[in-house]
Amino acid sequence: MKIDVNGEMRDIAATSVDATLAELGWGGARVATALNGEFLPKAARADTALRDGDRLEVLAPMQGG
Amino acid sequence: MMRDFYGVTLDSPLMLGTAQYPSPAIMEAAFRASGASVATVSLRRESGQGQAFWDIIRGLGVHVLPNTAGCHSAREAVTTAHMAREVFETNWIKLEVIGNADTLQPDPFGLLDAAETLAADGFNVFPYMTEDQVLAQRLVDAGCKVLMPWGAPIGSGLGLNNRYGLKTLRAAFPDIPMVIDAGLGLPSHAAAAMELGFDAVLLNTAVAQAGDPVAMARAFGMAASAGALARTADPMEPRDMAAPSTPLIGKAWL
Repeated sequence: MKIDVNGEMRDIAATSVDATLAELGWGGARVATALNGEFLPKAARADTALRDGDRLEVLAPMQGG
Repeated sequence: MMRDFYGVTLDSPLMLGTAQYPSPAIMEAAFRASGASVATVSLRRESGQGQAFWDIIRGLGVHVLPNTAGCHSAREAVTTAHMAREVFETNWIKLEVIGNADTLQPDPFGLLDAAETLAADGFNVFPYMTEDQVLAQRLVDAGCKVLMPWGAPIGSGLGLNNRYGLKTLRAAFPDIPMVIDAGLGLPSHAAAAMELGFDAVLLNTAVAQAGDPVAMARAFGMAASAGALARTADPMEPRDMAAPSTPLIGKAWL
């Protein structure tokens, strides 16, 4: 399945958001997620299935003013 | 007197940004030298450096104020705020909804829209706004208990562009904690903001892009505290005519 992760098309074997993060190496990372432009809380990641063409944003703490 | 920011009393009236420093070590040293009580942070696409940055911020022992920098619509800002709340584990949000790419001027309409939504959802909103008094009232009505008028456009270093407007705004909302956010270039700007009766200043570029960020951070911390102290000391009113400070009585006839 191909999904857009942070602006890059990725081939993913996992079907849930939770498993996708693990597959991408972000299993234990402090990140927030948005699926197709909508905030996806951490607690909902395991039960949220991904579909071909979905757009996933994975954001982390960064410097800011 | 330090004002209450959503239940938090700050030790220092300085809020400092974490971006644009020459290195993480210099950023850390600048924070320690400044005595800043709040660090602003953001969220960006995961690139593998987020955890190390977060560890440094946590080690500073300051309050964390996530921003929605770069958002140009209320919807985008609201989504970013939700993501920030989860990652940084705080209800505080520096709400930026940018309306113009050149001036980085806040979009008052999108700002109000997002502030209403977020305040109703339990966020403690710190709205980055112009000095417009009508907008201020609308934001307070929407549930904002802190206001953050700009001094000048972000990153410009121009200081307090509309001193009259800021003074008027301060007088119109005596009980609302207010932070001058953006546009400060020199410690004297921070002192002037505090002397006008503002409760804190928020800046980033003026420290991070200085030749010696650590020294400049310390200077801003001192200036903000000096201005705050001067405010409590009830400054004299300026006058147009001179008034001799040395007594004339007892002057010799020469």
